[in-house]
Amino acid sequence: MTALAALLLRDTRLAVRVGGGALMGVLFFLLVVTMVPFGVGPDLKLLARIGPAILWIGALLATLLGLDRLLAADHDDGSLDLILMGHAPLELAVAAKALAHWLTTGLPLVIAAPLFGIFLNIDGSAIGIVALTLLVGTPALTFIGLIGAALAVALERGGLLLPVLVLPLTVPVLIFGIAAGDAAILNAAPFGAPFLILIALTLTSVVIGPVAAAAVLRHGLD
Amino acid sequence: MEWIALANPSRFLALAERLLPWLAAATALAFAAGLYAAFFVAPEDYQQGATVRIMFIHVPGAWLGMLGWAIMSVAALGTLVWRHPLADVALKTAAPIGAAFTFVCLVTGALWGRPMWGTYWVWDARLTSVLVLFLMYLGLIALWRAIEDRARAARAAAVLTLVGAVNLPIIKFSVDWWSTLHQPASVFRVGGSTIHPAILAPLLVMALAFTLLFATLYVSAMRNEILRRRVRTLRLLQVQTVQGA
Amino acid sequence: MNLGPYAAFILAAYSLTTAVVVALILWVLLDYRVQRKLLADLEARGVTRRSEPPR
Repeated sequence: MTALAALLLRDTRLAVRVGGGALMGVLFFLLVVTMVPFGVGPDLKLLARIGPAILWIGALLATLLGLDRLLAADHDDGSLDLILMGHAPLELAVAAKALAHWLTTGLPLVIAAPLFGIFLNIDGSAIGIVALTLLVGTPALTFIGLIGAALAVALERGGLLLPVLVLPLTVPVLIFGIAAGDAAILNAAPFGAPFLILIALTLTSVVIGPVAAAAVLRHGLD
Repeated sequence: MEWIALANPSRFLALAERLLPWLAAATALAFAAGLYAAFFVAPEDYQQGATVRIMFIHVPGAWLGMLGWAIMSVAALGTLVWRHPLADVALKTAAPIGAAFTFVCLVTGALWGRPMWGTYWVWDARLTSVLVLFLMYLGLIALWRAIEDRARAARAAAVLTLVGAVNLPIIKFSVDWWSTLHQPASVFRVGGSTIHPAILAPLLVMALAFTLLFATLYVSAMRNEILRRRVRTLRLLQVQTVQGA
Repeated sequence: MNLGPYAAFILAAYSLTTAVVVALILWVLLDYRVQRKLLADLEARGVTRRSEPPR
């Protein structure tokens, strides 16, 4: 168990130290949120209506861009081989890495979201609910992204392969996350149903992500 | 004194040592006068009431944000064209200070806008261009931290700074155009008339105070950066002597 | 001194600005201390720059 804790701690420290990982994600998130009004116009009512969607898509893209820090760096300097040969089960090891990644990349996005919601004129209480959906849903994005990261490492392809692989898998998370946020804003549909499904998706991805990623790494790197 | 005399870091340090106490004292005095004027001399605006007092930080914040980039642009020229030794230092240290004041401008603007116009933020030309300026500052700071080699980082940052300087009026112009292309859904009434002298005077004093603050912080930060580079050089020397021995 | 119905906003604006300014001042002061200390340590170990006379 201490090996996993050590791995978690190491990844967290590295992410915070490289003086960019965490905050770059937030900066990119802010950039996406800024770009959308340039596209759809400054109409505040429209922005408030699509606000949850913009925040969710921004968080998704920011998470996606940070995914290459998850496994590729370790693959490049050989640490991944060490992890593969280590005592700890590979599934748990990559899960620990994904958790560290979410803590340093996903969680800052969740914290920044209410602030950026102000730019999009989202209502006060609605901002809190959207942030809650992000809190519950961003781990799913990271753990699903873990699969794509593993594939990119195993196939030794960079570029847009990772996003292309990961985005379709994240569609359900996006749909239910935004639905929950919209339900709160428009009061048109109940909030509970999509929110519970979102939780279920996250819990499922926390299990399937590491298992699939470990399988890919084992077969791919042999 | 010729500018070239400042090219020697030791001379700059000596100058900074003598200048800083005066700058700091002047800053404190100016703020004392400015804050007094802002709260006890300036009258309440007939439309905005007491919230007009936010203007006394908001406007200097905007001014300093832009001044920061202007100073960086001059420093960038120094790095790329004249290779002035202190240009790198001047370029690097202005960024966080300029970014901080741009941040102050954005947030105080939002806090002023909420009681005045009912919203914290609106995507109009001026606000959007200041936000873009802030994002450019952050990008520049990220660039400094991304490149290991000091000299290469300085050159890359210098290029980006100059591109940004050229781009700022373009952004302002295009955002102006964009903002009038898409008419906003609601119409905003800008509170207050043209600036009354009773409000203008405190504003100018506060602007002076903030500028002196910028100068104090800037000179101090440059001094720190020069010392940091000395430490680095000494450490490298130390390693070399150990290896050579 | 009456700051009107929106006093909270005025106070928030001034407090935040003060916080940012204080943070900047602290950053500059602490960095100065750190660099001075590092230089003192190095000097104590006898590492000097070429332009300074050897000890």
